[in-house]
Amino acid sequence: MRSQRDIRRLSLFLLLAPFALWIVLLVALPQLGMLFLSLREKIAPRVYEYGFANYVSFAGEPIYWNTLLRTATMSLLVTALALVIGFPVAYYIAKIAGRRSRGALFLLILIPLWVSDLIRAFGWILLLRETGVVSSLLQWSGLVSGGIEFLYTDATVVVGLVYTVILFMIVPLVSTLDGMDEAMIEAGYNLGGNGFTVLRRIIIPYAMPGIVSGCIVTFMLTAGSYLTPILLGGKNSSWFTAQIYDQFITRYNWEAGATFGVLLLAFTSVVVWIGLKLSGQSLSTTVARS
Amino acid sequence: MTETASYDLQCLGVSKNYGAVRAVRDVSFDIPNGSFFSILGPSGCGKTTLMRMIAGFEEPSAGDIRIKDRSVLNTPPNRRNVKMVFQHLALFPMMNVYENIAYGLRCNRMSKAEIERRVSDVLARIELPDVADREIHQLSGGQKQRIAIARCMVLDPDVLLLDEPLGALDLKLREAMKIELKLLQHQFNTTFIYITHDQSEALVMSDYVAIMNAGRFEQIGTPQELYHKPKTAFVAGFVGDANRWPCRVVEAFGTTLRVETEIGLPLTGVACGRNPPMQAGAHGELFVRPEFIRAERVRTDGSPERAGPLNVIPGIIDSQLFNGAKSRVLVRGPQGMRIEADVTLTGGEEDLRPGEKVELSWPAEQTRCFAAAGSATGADPGAEPA
Repeated sequence: MRSQRDIRRLSLFLLLAPFALWIVLLVALPQLGMLFLSLREKIAPRVYEYGFANYVSFAGEPIYWNTLLRTATMSLLVTALALVIGFPVAYYIAKIAGRRSRGALFLLILIPLWVSDLIRAFGWILLLRETGVVSSLLQWSGLVSGGIEFLYTDATVVVGLVYTVILFMIVPLVSTLDGMDEAMIEAGYNLGGNGFTVLRRIIIPYAMPGIVSGCIVTFMLTAGSYLTPILLGGKNSSWFTAQIYDQFITRYNWEAGATFGVLLLAFTSVVVWIGLKLSGQSLSTTVARS
Repeated sequence: MTETASYDLQCLGVSKNYGAVRAVRDVSFDIPNGSFFSILGPSGCGKTTLMRMIAGFEEPSAGDIRIKDRSVLNTPPNRRNVKMVFQHLALFPMMNVYENIAYGLRCNRMSKAEIERRVSDVLARIELPDVADREIHQLSGGQKQRIAIARCMVLDPDVLLLDEPLGALDLKLREAMKIELKLLQHQFNTTFIYITHDQSEALVMSDYVAIMNAGRFEQIGTPQELYHKPKTAFVAGFVGDANRWPCRVVEAFGTTLRVETEIGLPLTGVACGRNPPMQAGAHGELFVRPEFIRAERVRTDGSPERAGPLNVIPGIIDSQLFNGAKSRVLVRGPQGMRIEADVTLTGGEEDLRPGEKVELSWPAEQTRCFAAAGSATGADPGAEPA
């Protein structure tokens, strides 16, 4: 009896070990290290002082927190656009498409994931640069005389980001909507609701867990993304991750970089928390369910 | 009163085709105000399609549907005053009981106070006054059923459609809900149209029953009419139990027929069904209900004289099917012919036992003979999947 229980305990331990190692070594330790780094200040070579000086200097420099606010606002915009575009797509796949075409459509949605972010961003550059496909087509058709630079604007960054993250919006939405009984929509109409009422009172509330989990994933991915804003937005993008990179690599100021990293995590967490409160959902009912 | 329509629902020559498949063919019927009307048929007979056309989820290919004497063909589902209780009820899981019932009223832009009054009123009528704040998953099967009906009835519909709503319940609850549905219908005094493949549900609850088969209505009538005066072979076979034997007409005297079964057994029966009347030589099918067949021990002193035209055949009891008051014996007749007859089993000495020789007798007027037709093949009642 005793030994059997030990074996069970051991196997549970072995099963959990890789996960625990991953969490501790790759998630928890680096974050703690960052927190630790962010709290110290170099006052002379090899002389450090501990305190909130880094946070104070962040608060005192408008360009830093403006960048953070700008990143958050644009991430929210990207999330909203991904939801508005992704919801009809997910609804079509889950509810309108036939059983056979559903699998094919879902596969089509997933195919872009097989190409790396970097290559996809270069795809956009090929299309949008001054000598790129769109500009050349416009010149060839005679609509414009000179070449047009589409890159390095906020709109391009938003479009590129929406394209990159929309999959993570569609997938949870499809899985939530898939579980919805068609009779429920029909009942919504039968009891006197019009299309808008049925969408607002029945479909969206039913899909809320999927919507919230899609939004959380999309928002976190967008706010933490580096490649797309840099490649499509260039220097003008002023994305917060670029600031972090700058502090760590260019200025070799790890303390400031760590501060920015901690602030980004804290800030996005607060945004997600507010979103959960506003939608009346909790993490366990959304991300865990889909 | 003189101005109100006399029919809550009329269907005039309604058909529905899906490509080459004719799901509903030329169905016409009128449903008088405030009645309990059932559409009974095997699965795939088109009854659900018919119901979805009445609710407005499908467009009929031909014909007209009238509610309170007004055609609703161009009315979208949300504007028809026809409400529906779905097979799996389709209660909204993200809303509680109160919100589920209030949903339809809110769609009608009713004031908040009026909604509150009506919801509590309907909850009282279904005898669940305290469940308004409960979540749907906290309700029992029977309570969900009643909430689904209340959600429709609060809107005061002209017609309530019920799509096999008892299918998901267990047997005991289903028996109780049958009676409850009938009482609710009485109480609300609204026309209920009940779709089912379960004949006991249809017979017990309904004022009128329509038997549907392969897209057509075979017969519309009261449960008694359908049971005792079936007009087609399908109805005779589908409603209630019956012994059925293929036969050939030997002689015809008006509606009285002398027939011979496949194995050459001579019997007397009555011609049923529509014209033309059956002639000698015609092939047909005999239906005899088990409760009209008397099974008696063969007596050594000879059988007593009986009055009236009677079919009498000898047989040996194969087995006893005990089911309380509905007990039955399986009898092997001449040349292995199988006959079912109802008997009373008291548990005493008198009971018939397997192996005993018996004499089976039944009146000629309970021997219905229908002309054999290609399409008039009935499904086995009870063999229907839920």
